[in-house]
Amino acid sequence: MSEEKQRKLAIICSKGSLDMAYPGMVLANAALMSGIEVHMFFTFWGLDMIVDRKMDHLKITPLGNPSMGMPNLISILPGMTAMATSMMKKEIAKLDFPPVREFLQMIVDAGGHLYGCKMSMDMMKLTKDDLFPGVERVLGAMEFMEISEGAQIIFI
Amino acid sequence: MPTREIAGKVVEVDAEGFLCNPNDWTREIAEEIAREEGIEQLTDLHWKVIEFCRADFKARGESPTLRRITKESGVDTKTLYTLFPKGPAKKVARIAGLGKPTGCI
Repeated sequence: MSEEKQRKLAIICSKGSLDMAYPGMVLANAALMSGIEVHMFFTFWGLDMIVDRKMDHLKITPLGNPSMGMPNLISILPGMTAMATSMMKKEIAKLDFPPVREFLQMIVDAGGHLYGCKMSMDMMKLTKDDLFPGVERVLGAMEFMEISEGAQIIFI
Repeated sequence: MPTREIAGKVVEVDAEGFLCNPNDWTREIAEEIAREEGIEQLTDLHWKVIEFCRADFKARGESPTLRRITKESGVDTKTLYTLFPKGPAKKVARIAGLGKPTGCI
């Protein structure tokens, strides 16, 4: 049953908030657990997920987020983002999902490939040394096209 | 449910080949399913994982997630993927005679 054509998944992570970091990682990990080849490309704000000094401090803000049901006038108060972030981190831990750094390490250990987007990194004055050590390479968009050939693509 | 003979024993299996009744499981069945999954020889480390899963299933009533296996059994992610390459989640559960894992991690 495992001798069929190798399925391949490419996930583009373009967001740097805590709530938007998880879908990509959960899907990448689920794919690896199922024997699917995985490539993750981090671009623009998504780079925050793999910038070493930022990845442990991703946040979620209730401001302008209608799903959280908090009036914007209250969301602007100091400390609201910190509160929402700490609540979400607790819920994530309750479900036994690891923090971002540990999750990405798990994906790397499972054979997943992580790439930084060259253009976004140039724009933000970042080099490979600023990135999480698990990141394999820094790529341009065209190289990503080569790597993702034949893959199913998810943009987050 | 269909039945099939594995390692000289007739057991009930589901459409994907998972044992329906974990109590039907024997070490010989594990070895034969492992070969079907492309693992020729189960080593001590394989058994460590399989036995952890069986014990955990007995205690909690569901197949452990890979996250749970790596946290609790002492076998890390890299090793787990080397032992059960290309999709360890289903492979481990099938070889351990447990149902398909439903967890997302």
